Amino acid sequence: MIRDDLYKDAEYAKSANHDEEHGREIRKKITKVTIILTLITILEVGVGIVLTRPMLGGESWSWFGIKMFYIILTVVKAAYIVLVFMHLGDERKNFRWVILAPYILFILYLLFICITESTYILDVMRAPW
Amino acid sequence: MAQVEEVDKSLVWAGNGSPFRLSYGKQFMWFFLVSDALTFGGLLTAYGFARHSVDSWPVAEKVFRALPFSDGDWPLIYVALMTFILIISSVTMVLAVEAGHRLDKKGVTKWLLATVLGGAIFVGSQAWEWSHFIHGSHHGAVLTEQGWAYVAGLEYQYDENGHVLMDGHDPAIQSLRLQFIDGGQFMMSGAEALEAYNTAERNLDGKLILENGLGVPVNIVGSDDNVTSVELLVEGTIYREMEGNVDSENWGELLSLYEGASSQIQGANLTENEYAPNAPAYADFFFFITGFHGFHVFSGVVINLLILIQVLRGVYDKRGHFEMVEKSGLYWHFVDLVWVFVFTFFYLL
Repeated sequence: MIRDDLYKDAEYAKSANHDEEHGREIRKKITKVTIILTLITILEVGVGIVLTRPMLGGESWSWFGIKMFYIILTVVKAAYIVLVFMHLGDERKNFRWVILAPYILFILYLLFICITESTYILDVMRAPW
Repeated sequence: MAQVEEVDKSLVWAGNGSPFRLSYGKQFMWFFLVSDALTFGGLLTAYGFARHSVDSWPVAEKVFRALPFSDGDWPLIYVALMTFILIISSVTMVLAVEAGHRLDKKGVTKWLLATVLGGAIFVGSQAWEWSHFIHGSHHGAVLTEQGWAYVAGLEYQYDENGHVLMDGHDPAIQSLRLQFIDGGQFMMSGAEALEAYNTAERNLDGKLILENGLGVPVNIVGSDDNVTSVELLVEGTIYREMEGNVDSENWGELLSLYEGASSQIQGANLTENEYAPNAPAYADFFFFITGFHGFHVFSGVVINLLILIQVLRGVYDKRGHFEMVEKSGLYWHFVDLVWVFVFTFFYLL
């Protein structure tokens, strides 16, 4: 018996195959994304060495700005990896959102816990009573 | 009459196949990756929470500053190099997938082999990093009367023959540099304290805003408008350094702080570490987060190796598609993706 959720698998897999010319275009895109990812990493490390937390003060606005700068660059990097390297940008729209919606929600939750929630706990722990 | 809208049939799902037009295996690889992201997200969230809910936490630039075959000072360079290696192996992986879409077996073999090598180099680098982290620096951290200090520099006195001079049983110290890393509390007294007391601004709670952190006056001598001497209890939030050699003014105090140290930590384990003596969880998080990720990289290398063998045996040529390479590629990119987040949240922030 052929399972009705599997019998088209080979057809779907083969539909991703492409010719030489299309391949060249894709390789060009890969090269571009590689350069962008490398530049972002160099920029992050450069800023990390020059502008450190002790230098700016852990609770200053400039350190908050640096934090946001890192987080935004990280999300940009992640987006390039997921959409181009993992080809999620080429999948059907419904599947794209099935994957991206939980990711996006979870990243927002992570940021909230790391920044807002723990700062509140710190204040509670510091309080003299 | 009701208007009937023409819809492109190819965009409508009418049963008979997957609504995503994806194979079962690829679809569930994605679902697995979403759930795996939650595990890593849980670890990173716990890390962020633990880190921000205590006063002091080590700065990665001060902890990860070593490079193999070098004694120099390279803050974060090694980690950046590892990140770069992983990104490049992700690129070779996507090139293998692309070659697979052209049914180019030679291309797939070449790029998949490069990916396996890149992954192996990354795991090896991580092993070196762990070893360095566990063994620690030359002199470790010591608990002095003024809190935990990192022994950043220590030189002994030598005689003309190059032998270390002994002071009783201990080697005689020529110069010393202590970095107070805990950001904890210390006392400031004398002219320095008086000057700071008279000139510092006060915040809303009435605490003094000092260069080293916030200060609270204790033991005030004198009247309100003419304080003659004061001691300040400072809650340090930044590194405080003390350094000197046998000829310097503060030598006696510096040496007695070092020699009177009540305990010492060198390197790191699950219960204590020299990088954050007051936050042992720091090393725990390092081991768990990078270890869990390293295990993913290791298993990714094994999976890629197995697929490479299948490629060489010609299994996918017979099948007419190289989707298996694409599926293991998804896993491999995910491992890279997680490292991007680990790099930011553990090393940069």
